[in-house]
Amino acid sequence: MKPNLKVNIGRLKLKNPVLVASGTFGYAEEFSSFIDLKQLGAIVTKTITLRPRQGNLPPRTCETPAGMLNSIGLENPGLRSFLKDKLPRLAAYGVPLIVSISSERDPREFTELARALDKIRSVAAIELNISCPNLGKGTLISQDALATYGVVKEVRKSTKKTLITKLSPNVTSITDIASAAEEAGSDALALINTITGMSIDVASRKPKIAMASGGLSGPAIRPIAVRMVWEVYQKIKIPIIGMGGIIDTDSALEFILAGATAISVGTANFVNPQTTVEIIDGIEDYLKKNKINSLKDLTGSLRC
Amino acid sequence: MIYQTKARIQLNKEINTGYYLCVVKSNEIAKTALPGQFLNIRLTADGSPLLRRPFSIHKVNGRDLEVLYEVVGEGSRIFSQKKPGEYLDVIGPLGNGFSLPTTNDQPRLPLGTQGGQGPTTIIVAGGMGVAPLLYLAEKLAYSLGHMAYSKPLVLIGAKTKNQLLCGKEFKALGCQVKIATDDGSKGFKGRVTDLLKKILPQAISHKPLAIYSCGPRPMLKEICRISNQYDIPAQVSLEEHMACGFGACLGCAVNTIDGYKRVCKDGPVFEAANITWRE
Ligand SMILES: Cc1cc2nc3c(=O)[nH]c(=O)nc-3n(C[C@H](O)[C@H](O)[C@H](O)COP(=O)(O)OP(=O)(O)OC[C@H]3O[C@@H](n4cnc5c(N)ncnc54)[C@H](O)[C@@H]3O)c2cc1C
Ligand SMILES: Cc1cc2nc3c(=O)[nH]c(=O)nc-3n(C[C@H](O)[C@H](O)[C@H](O)COP(=O)(O)O)c2cc1C
Ligand code: FES
Repeated sequence: MKPNLKVNIGRLKLKNPVLVASGTFGYAEEFSSFIDLKQLGAIVTKTITLRPRQGNLPPRTCETPAGMLNSIGLENPGLRSFLKDKLPRLAAYGVPLIVSISSERDPREFTELARALDKIRSVAAIELNISCPNLGKGTLISQDALATYGVVKEVRKSTKKTLITKLSPNVTSITDIASAAEEAGSDALALINTITGMSIDVASRKPKIAMASGGLSGPAIRPIAVRMVWEVYQKIKIPIIGMGGIIDTDSALEFILAGATAISVGTANFVNPQTTVEIIDGIEDYLKKNKINSLKDLTGSLRC
Repeated sequence: MIYQTKARIQLNKEINTGYYLCVVKSNEIAKTALPGQFLNIRLTADGSPLLRRPFSIHKVNGRDLEVLYEVVGEGSRIFSQKKPGEYLDVIGPLGNGFSLPTTNDQPRLPLGTQGGQGPTTIIVAGGMGVAPLLYLAEKLAYSLGHMAYSKPLVLIGAKTKNQLLCGKEFKALGCQVKIATDDGSKGFKGRVTDLLKKILPQAISHKPLAIYSCGPRPMLKEICRISNQYDIPAQVSLEEHMACGFGACLGCAVNTIDGYKRVCKDGPVFEAANITWRE
């Protein structure tokens, strides 16, 4: 019998648990040469902001042991151009579409973006990328439980769409932020975003990327991500979308065993653009081999 | 169309100390590859190093693609250890490629029938930048091939004569080749851009249609300046660190007069005049 890979994220029903991580899949069209996009559980877009952003100075990326640093700086065409130039094609793939949004200066931009997206049928869910500045403070919203609560609560009032809050690992207690997002009405959590890091070229004595520090991703961060998913799973009730260094079926299963309902493939899309579809097949094989009928029975089934 | 394929290594040999030529078989990529396009090659399955490595398409030979590369770090070192019969995970052809003069450009060609005319195009290669330019020269040599003076003039620059590559191959296409070395161990002593400046005042009477160049960033900036001065359009092929190579990550940005562009997708070839040169 074919095992059941279906999962629910809030009211959103997905045919399988394999998603792509925001910012690592462009606006999907770049991957149409490599995979049948229809096979994906859902597509998550590059984070958009209200106004266009040109992004950071180059160089923006560098390789690190088992990973990479990036400081793209949320380059995106802005809401209006996204709706006009990107959305029609994204909607045509026939895969649930999750639009990632962020604010630049004022957290109220989240509400404005959510309101605009709320009216659009082809948008299945909204992901809040709260790794953005906290108004008037030196921290990010994602680093402050109260600010996280405030933003999620406001956005919750402005949309009925499934709401996913994406957490940053650059915090002392990930469970505090997770609980704040849950209490404020988030339908699900996505974790983890990149870990702040830095790499130096000793010959020139310069940082390898222009912004000096950036976000670390790839297999190097996986153990941290798995641990955070596991901690959060024990503390909250809403579904978790796990990510951070997933490159194959086994690494995807680590997250599911730790408590993730679904997983996202990020950096691995660059290395092998077929990673997502290979993982979908791999999870199905694993379930068959272990005589598990439904993926839901595997979620959080860590033995310890 | 962009392909991800397992390409069989036909040959991988050191042709000069530290420089290798690799031939891989990939029918699909070879069929459509344009000069200036590149391949993004996965050299390890275990993730160390993690990212693919971009290499220019040096030559296309039937179903075979040639890559000319220098060992500079861990990725290229692993590349150099690969043996014929092994398979490489290759994505390509990537990027836009050079645009060639068309027959529409011919009214600009100097009148005259043969011999004694200046070159219609000039190729300027700096160091490893020679890699994508051989395939370009081949296409250029035949694109306006019925005209005796239509072969590109090729200027090759290197640190010393030991780092000079491809002179013979360009000559075999019928191109005139001039050499510049920093230490004067062969040809003109000095930078290849200085050699270009020396040559242009003579060539300008039969104004070339285009300059094509690839090499270190400061050299390309100088090419841009020269192209401005002589009012000859220049196309330059840029390098930037790449995570994906196919336009998805926005990691390979270069600043242009129209804002940031992706070197991997909108380039790697740009009109020199459109780049906002910094250093
Ligand atoms: C479009 C394009 C075409 C290229 N064509 C050729 C070619 O035909 N022959 C050739 O020898 N080299 C070419 N290069 C440069 C080649 O990609 C680098 O030499 C190679 O990536 C070095 O990898 P490494 O692991 O040996 O070195 P390392 O320095 O250890 O690499 C570390 C990281 O930096 C990146 N990197 C290092 N140098 C460069 C560079 N110059 N450009 C971009 N990324 C770099 C690597 O990809 C890797 O992610 C090209 C680069 C680009 C962008
Ligand atoms: C190049 C790049 C760009 C990214 N852009 C975004 C973004 O726009 N919004 C966001 O929420 N996360 C962004 N991320 C973070 C990823 O979505 C993901 O959370 C992180 O990379 C960890 O997963 P991975 O190790 O599988 O890549 C980006 C990551 C990378 C590597
Ligand atoms: S390398 Fe990813 S967009 Fe160019």
